[in-house]
Amino acid sequence: MSWNFCVLWVGADAMQNDPLILGGTTFTSRLFTGTGKFAANDLIAPMLASSGSQMITVALRRIDISSGADNILDHIPRTVTLLPNTSGARTADEAVRIARIARAAGCGDFIKIEVITDTKYLMPDNWETLKAAETLAREGFVVLPYVLPDLTLAQRLEAAGAAAVMPLGAPIGSNRGLETAELIALLIENCRVPVVVDAGLGRPSHAAAAMEMGADAVLVNTAIATAEDPVAMGRAFALAVEAGRMAYLARMAEESRTARASSPLTGFLNANDP
Amino acid sequence: MQVTINGKQERLGPCTIEQMVRAKGLKAETLVVEYNRQVVSRERWRHISLGEGDVVELLRFVGGG
Repeated sequence: MSWNFCVLWVGADAMQNDPLILGGTTFTSRLFTGTGKFAANDLIAPMLASSGSQMITVALRRIDISSGADNILDHIPRTVTLLPNTSGARTADEAVRIARIARAAGCGDFIKIEVITDTKYLMPDNWETLKAAETLAREGFVVLPYVLPDLTLAQRLEAAGAAAVMPLGAPIGSNRGLETAELIALLIENCRVPVVVDAGLGRPSHAAAAMEMGADAVLVNTAIATAEDPVAMGRAFALAVEAGRMAYLARMAEESRTARASSPLTGFLNANDP
Repeated sequence: MQVTINGKQERLGPCTIEQMVRAKGLKAETLVVEYNRQVVSRERWRHISLGEGDVVELLRFVGGG
């Protein structure tokens, strides 16, 4: 076995033995995706295939008779876990109602709690989100709350039975990346439940940076769906997430203000000269 | 009778959920029906007759992040 092969094999093995378990379901991909904003729903299945994403969000809305009857669920393979969101909810009660409908409609137990009243920045309402999480966790949902990164809130969500916390990196759809990195780091350092960076990641490098920090997964929708080639972008994000996770597991070398030579500092031919 | 469907008051003759869905020309496979706050599976639509003051939500899953 060559050295290179050995290194690759060890790396792959480390990833194989590194599943993320949420609500009793094992995920080998740490890239979660969304179904919003695709130019055509036909792109969703190939994006799932290219990215290897094993969980994808959907939303629930009143029917609009004029908008045709394409069923988003028809574009999602059965092997992919559905993560219905409570988007549109402005209060905990509304979020709870949407979650119950989604489960009763056959979408499973996973729920992304999203309670938003601020239409300018789409900031989540952390207080209403906590209330909804308490109720839904009691009802046996696998609760994934979308929140502003706040350690105290995250700990209350954990105590309430949330399966993970999903802090935003930047406002939804803004593609600005990890603007809240320092606050997310506090969650990563202190939360017992997985931390999934959701919203604002615009580039694969943002996702890689989140994973290098120790995030357990990322959720990416806009950056993939609105790329010119969403199928290729899904793959690019998957590679970035895998690279970032592998780097985190491999423990990155330390930073330094000054140079540290990577070649010996002795002279070339006259190493023994005084 | 008056029934509230997706937040709007509608005047309907006697009918079941199934008949109302068909009359609206909706594709049943994509539809989630909430009837007085309870989700009703498609098999049961034909067994529930709408009554005065009922509240119905006609929903479906759409793309979202």
